Amino acid sequence: MVEFLTQIINGLSQGSIFALVALGYSMVYGITQLINFAHGDIIMVGAYATYVMLILAGTPLWAAILAAVLFCAIVGVVIEQVAYQRLLNKNAPRISLLITAIGVSMLLQNLFQIIFKSDAKSVSNVLPSFPIPVGPLEISSVTLITIATSVVIMVLLQLLVKKTRIGKAMRATSEDAGAAKLMGISSRNTIAFTFAVGSGLAAVGAVLYVGAYPSITPYMGSLLGLKAFVAAVLGGIGSIPGAMIGGLLIGLAESLTKAAGWSQITDAVVFGILILVLLLKPTGLLGRNVKEKV
Amino acid sequence: MAESNVMLSVKDLEVYYGSIHAIKKISFDVREGEIVTLIGANGAGKTTTLHAISGLVKARSGEISFCGSNLRAMEAHKIIRLGLAQVPEGRRIFASMTVQENLEMGAYIRSDRDKVLEDYERVFERLPRLKERRRQIAGTLSGGEQQMLAIGRALMSNPKMLLLDEPSMGLSPLLVNEIFSIIRDVNNSGVTVLLVEQNAKRALELADRAYVLETGSVSMSGLASDLAADEKVRAAYLGAG
Repeated sequence: MVEFLTQIINGLSQGSIFALVALGYSMVYGITQLINFAHGDIIMVGAYATYVMLILAGTPLWAAILAAVLFCAIVGVVIEQVAYQRLLNKNAPRISLLITAIGVSMLLQNLFQIIFKSDAKSVSNVLPSFPIPVGPLEISSVTLITIATSVVIMVLLQLLVKKTRIGKAMRATSEDAGAAKLMGISSRNTIAFTFAVGSGLAAVGAVLYVGAYPSITPYMGSLLGLKAFVAAVLGGIGSIPGAMIGGLLIGLAESLTKAAGWSQITDAVVFGILILVLLLKPTGLLGRNVKEKV
Repeated sequence: MAESNVMLSVKDLEVYYGSIHAIKKISFDVREGEIVTLIGANGAGKTTTLHAISGLVKARSGEISFCGSNLRAMEAHKIIRLGLAQVPEGRRIFASMTVQENLEMGAYIRSDRDKVLEDYERVFERLPRLKERRRQIAGTLSGGEQQMLAIGRALMSNPKMLLLDEPSMGLSPLLVNEIFSIIRDVNNSGVTVLLVEQNAKRALELADRAYVLETGSVSMSGLASDLAADEKVRAAYLGAG
């Protein structure tokens, strides 16, 4: 029982990282119908930004986190402006956007390989690590910090989207970009803002991830990104609460598979979930069932 | 009427969808304080004309000017700042947002908070049903209420001119009466109106002047009362022989 509960908490911790990354996929998809496959690599960018600040520059943790979030937000917006904006403006076919996204992903991976070489860099002790007794359990502080940080950030994100002017503009644009334009809402600014927020969330995910797995490579974002994408699809891509729930469920699925002693097939389980969702309920748990606009 | 009175002027407008020539050199104008209607059958180009004015589709050639500004050179989201608001076809309210939030989106461009608060009250006074449903999710409103919300949302920008695209679509005759009396009321309060309608009978009753659109061109124009009495219009659009 203790072992089982520990695995649940580990799953929630891992899942909240997936959720932070899945939010970026989902928010961007909600507004642009673009699956930004370069989003996973933003985690990698965030991890290297943390490494540069914390290890190479020796700044305190808060400065490293701030720098990683800002840097990723800027990278996200630059990618949107340089790679996607013209395609979105010209209503390019989605397949063109998808291929561009994969291209951006490869560009980021190779660029970071040139800059930092392909060997793994160690970024240990990003987060303070010690065991905390919780009832009969002993939970690592890193796990609890991860869960707590994610909860706080998701609450802030909900406030942003529900209460602020720009958040409402995001929802309006995501629902009907044409009608939003008639209200005076600039799609261009809203899309850029969404990329900035999504990438900033991925940077937070990166810091938390590095806290748990202190080894970074230029390719670390691809599998993590794909799993977060599965989480976004499971929750219903385009839905913010869906991304949160999807992330947590994928984290739980992974850790319970490991707990059952099938560690080798955790990836297969995650992608099996993707296949099941696409077969049984392609709109995901909380997805909107919208007709394709012609 | 003096030329200076013209608020919206469309000259030789041409719009293509790919190789389809949707709008063929349409010209018309709307003067300050008027209700002008564009009537015509489905596919005549009414909605396309409105979309060209509001920038949602790009015109191939021609001129569109509103209060002296060239709308063709302007991005869609900037046009509302000139005081030109649109109630789009099919209402296009933000269905997952509340009534209140929809109205807030209508006031998105405004920074004069106190005046905006007054305008909520004005809109609610004019459309009392929206006030009762303030906190309701807009997608759960009835068709007539959604149309009222779309009108209320457009009014929240405090426009000089309102473009309405098929406001009677899908509504019962009783509700059409209500919507048209709201439009009359809005016009009386000083907002110029350009109304696109398939329901030619009701549109001609309401409007001062009218243009008849046929397959992308203006086939007739004149005072709404004259057109309503015209044999050809009666035969083609008013269901009378």
